Amino acid sequence: MPLLDVRDYSKHFHIDHLGREIGVFDTLSFTLEPGQFLLVSGPNGVGKSTLLRCLFRSYLPTSGQALYDSRYGQIDLASAADIDIMTLRREEIGFVTQFLRPRPRVSALELVAEPLLAAMDAADAETRAASMLDNFGLKSALWSAYPTTFSGGEQQKVNLARALIAPRRLLLLDEPTASLDAATRRSLAERLAELKAEGVAMLGVFHHPQDVAHLLDGEINLTLPQTSPNGVSAGN
Amino acid sequence: MQATSNRPSSRRLDPPRIATLAPVVAVRGLRKTYGRIVAVEDVDVVAYPGEVLGIVGESGSGKSTVLRLLNLQEATDAGTYHLNAEGVTTEDLFTLDRYRQREVRVRHIGIVYQQPHLGLRMRYSSSGNVAERLLMTGERTFATLRRAANESLAVSEFPLDRADDPPAVLSGGMQQRVQLAKAIALKPALLLLDEPTTGLDVSIQATVLDTLKRLQRSRQITMVLVSHDLGVIRTLADRVMVMRGGRVVEQGLTDQILEDPQHAYTQQLVHAKL
Repeated sequence: MPLLDVRDYSKHFHIDHLGREIGVFDTLSFTLEPGQFLLVSGPNGVGKSTLLRCLFRSYLPTSGQALYDSRYGQIDLASAADIDIMTLRREEIGFVTQFLRPRPRVSALELVAEPLLAAMDAADAETRAASMLDNFGLKSALWSAYPTTFSGGEQQKVNLARALIAPRRLLLLDEPTASLDAATRRSLAERLAELKAEGVAMLGVFHHPQDVAHLLDGEINLTLPQTSPNGVSAGN
Repeated sequence: MQATSNRPSSRRLDPPRIATLAPVVAVRGLRKTYGRIVAVEDVDVVAYPGEVLGIVGESGSGKSTVLRLLNLQEATDAGTYHLNAEGVTTEDLFTLDRYRQREVRVRHIGIVYQQPHLGLRMRYSSSGNVAERLLMTGERTFATLRRAANESLAVSEFPLDRADDPPAVLSGGMQQRVQLAKAIALKPALLLLDEPTTGLDVSIQATVLDTLKRLQRSRQITMVLVSHDLGVIRTLADRVMVMRGGRVVEQGLTDQILEDPQHAYTQQLVHAKL
């Protein structure tokens, strides 16, 4: 059984004050196996990020199914109860963006260790967090500092360390390499290779897919709807 | 132009399948009227262990009434209320007599109000305010009371060198910390937060929210948070209910409600704020 089996998946936004429906993708179907890494490709505005957000349920898909083979059995991510999605986000499905949301008075080490706290005590979690920050090349002098004061590049290192520290079975990667320096891009590719070897399935949008080209198993190519040239179609 | 008949009204989701723990709070069919005004109609509130459920809406939406009903401060016109807490698991709290309701409120429910004077005696010492909760359970040893009160104040990140000061002379942020210390002193099953940071300076608001967040992580307290401030909701809540005119118009995961609101009213609310 594939880890993820997406069937006739559609997303339309209904914008009430415009009184219209904006279609993003329609009847999309694909499968993703454990350890497989698929690139989501297509022109700007075609809905690549929207697809990832629908699967993570930050957006509510309009129709179709996303059957996910969880440890608890098969569950449809399109219609699962919110509380079940919360459990899956905590334990199985990760979402990686390029943005960190630092919080006041929370150190880099604490922020990175946080996703592990459900599974181990704080000391062990921080040991792992330290080695993860080291992998991504954050100077150890900064580990106990607050990322709210960090530069953009330093924040991204913290962000990736946090996003990729906990064991996940499915990772949704939304342009994680955008504006990373070359060394950090290399560290990221190495970490993704490790995860892939461990059997983690990945679905990613990359502005520069060459960073991860050697890891890719295939592509989901999204195309703009025929009806309109700019990706926007009026309600029907 | 065609009528928008296929508007994606709140999609029906499946019942929970993975979640195996019983909800801490299960309130069904809440209804409350004041004279001819229907304040709350047909509202369900379900919160699972350790989660923070946000309730948003404008003034008059009924969100504060829901909180008062959850706090057993007022009688409901209809509905049932189950709280998964020691000794009351099988009871409908709305059917208990006033005396037992008060007992449940003291032992199992904590509340932080927007206005500190609703929750505190403003001229008693801060540690005394917290100790009062413990007194109600029968604890009489001064040393024990003081130690427990100070522990609770410390968890609320209240500076202990000010424990003898009355709330009346403290800043707004400090007053909220005293309220919080009092609310959690007996390790309640449910913590209710009614606009807990509204009216505080932005920087103070951030630190109080951070304290609540730490508390939620370390103690896994189930919280119901009422706020009109979507920033507060985004920071703290796992799930959100959007209320309008006494009814729930939409509910979902916090990021979904804020980023992909389905209901026209929620779209308006979100776009007006962000």
